[in-house]
Amino acid sequence: MVELIGKQVAAILGWTGAVFVFGVRALREAVRPPFELRELTRQVFEVGWRSLPLIVAAGLAIGVVLSMHTRASLERFGAEALIPGGLALALVRETGPLVTGLLLAGRVGAGIGAELGAMRVTEQIDALEATAVDSFKYLVVTRILACMIALPILTTVMNFTGIIGGFLAETVITGMSFRLYFHRAFSLVEMTDYVPATLKTMVFGFIIGTVASYLGYTTEQGTEGVGRASTRSVVLASILIIVCNVVLVKMTFFVFPEAAG
Amino acid sequence: MRRDTAVRLERVTKAFGGRRILDDVSFEIARGTAFCLLGRSGTGKSVTLKHIVGLIKPDRGSVYVEGEDITALESRELARIRRRMGFLFQNAALFDSISVGENVAFPLRRHTALPDGEIRKRALEKLDQVGLADDYKKMPAALSGGMRKRAGLARAMALDPPILLVDEPSAGLDPITTGEIDELLLTLKKRAGTTLVVVTHNIPSARRVGDELAVIEGGILIAKGTAADLDRSSEPTVHDFMQSSGAG
Ligand SMILES: Nc1ncnc2c1ncn2[C@@H]1O[C@H](COP(=O)(O)OP(=O)(O)O)[C@@H](O)[C@H]1O
Ligand SMILES: [Mg+2]
Repeated sequence: MVELIGKQVAAILGWTGAVFVFGVRALREAVRPPFELRELTRQVFEVGWRSLPLIVAAGLAIGVVLSMHTRASLERFGAEALIPGGLALALVRETGPLVTGLLLAGRVGAGIGAELGAMRVTEQIDALEATAVDSFKYLVVTRILACMIALPILTTVMNFTGIIGGFLAETVITGMSFRLYFHRAFSLVEMTDYVPATLKTMVFGFIIGTVASYLGYTTEQGTEGVGRASTRSVVLASILIIVCNVVLVKMTFFVFPEAAG
Repeated sequence: MRRDTAVRLERVTKAFGGRRILDDVSFEIARGTAFCLLGRSGTGKSVTLKHIVGLIKPDRGSVYVEGEDITALESRELARIRRRMGFLFQNAALFDSISVGENVAFPLRRHTALPDGEIRKRALEKLDQVGLADDYKKMPAALSGGMRKRAGLARAMALDPPILLVDEPSAGLDPITTGEIDELLLTLKKRAGTTLVVVTHNIPSARRVGDELAVIEGGILIAKGTAADLDRSSEPTVHDFMQSSGAG
């Protein structure tokens, strides 16, 4: 039993190592010409723009729910005035980045895993190579970079729509004006809350892009392998994001002690 | 090696997962000639073609293209050689996220500085040559197997490569279209001096197009020569092959 678990752990570590090497290779290749800017732009559009509806919808819903919870807690202390600020802090510091990361792991991770997997088994990746195109640069590097670019932007969108969701929930109950709500929301949020937490999502983007690209790009065993690449991308990227988040939060507190307050 | 050699395989051996697929395969193709590779399914014909574009590296042996050993090249150098080759995959391998026309335009967009209009014009010309002039805007998924094959051929010809490798160009095509593709290949050879490497099951086609024919069986090159040479072969497999009308 212990032996079996040991083997499993070793396998997971080995796999994570392989993915990490794959991702580092992508980052190294990213700074070397040619820069596949056209494809990068297309991917940023695919990853970012097309995820917007999902992010906006999720942001509004989360804002409403968070607002109801904060209200329930703060009402007891008669601190309703802190509701907007508390909600904004919770969103900006933690909920926005993490939820955006996990949502994107679902939507984009599955997409990239399936797309590259299909391209591998139908020999489209070989066809790129035969056309003298560096398929790793063209397909993998662009997708990883696109995820890294899109995540901080989408996270910011999530934060804003979350605050709007919170406002909607609040105004229904108290009729508070949009102006006052926003003023109160941003009274507590500092740059040190926003910047590290949002930059952190570039790491989430790196994880999503790398895991999904790795699984898709190295797909074997026909169409069955494509489905596997797709689901595994979501599961493994999500797990890695959650684990990394803990580490990154610790690190943020270490680097920006004021953010811990 | 002769200066006018386009492609040469020298004692190429390749195994996948312990199973030997190619065993000591050697041949040489002179510039501007057509070489037809015949053999049953699963005998290593596609693997042989992929060695020539460097998609598969041999375990042992060397692959020379225009005098350079491509097994020793780093990726940038390999890319330079690959621009001089066109490759039609057995399954066509069209990029399914872009239109048929853009598939053909793709190599031109990547490797030439031509303006957009000129690229479209050339892509359309290539499509016209394979009888798909009306299908520029269609998506690959909307084409039949035979049409995909022809679109793949148009893409392989896009850069007018001096060496054209085609894997079963007439699989899934009717006899008339097969004849037309044969004519097209012959024209390329005659007009542009293109070196052709053709994998086919179609013996009449091979007789018509090939200057030299080779039969591969279980990863071993068992016969090589002109059609007339092979007709005289005492090897039963070769004999059977040459007698079959062999469509499909
Ligand atoms: N990339 C690969 N990995 C493992 N086995 C392969 C690979 N490519 C081809 N094979 C195997 O090599 C053998 C020859 O394949 P192929 O060259 O495609 O045959 P054909 O002569 O029909 O074109 C087949 O048994 C095939 O399964
Ligand atoms: Mg084949």
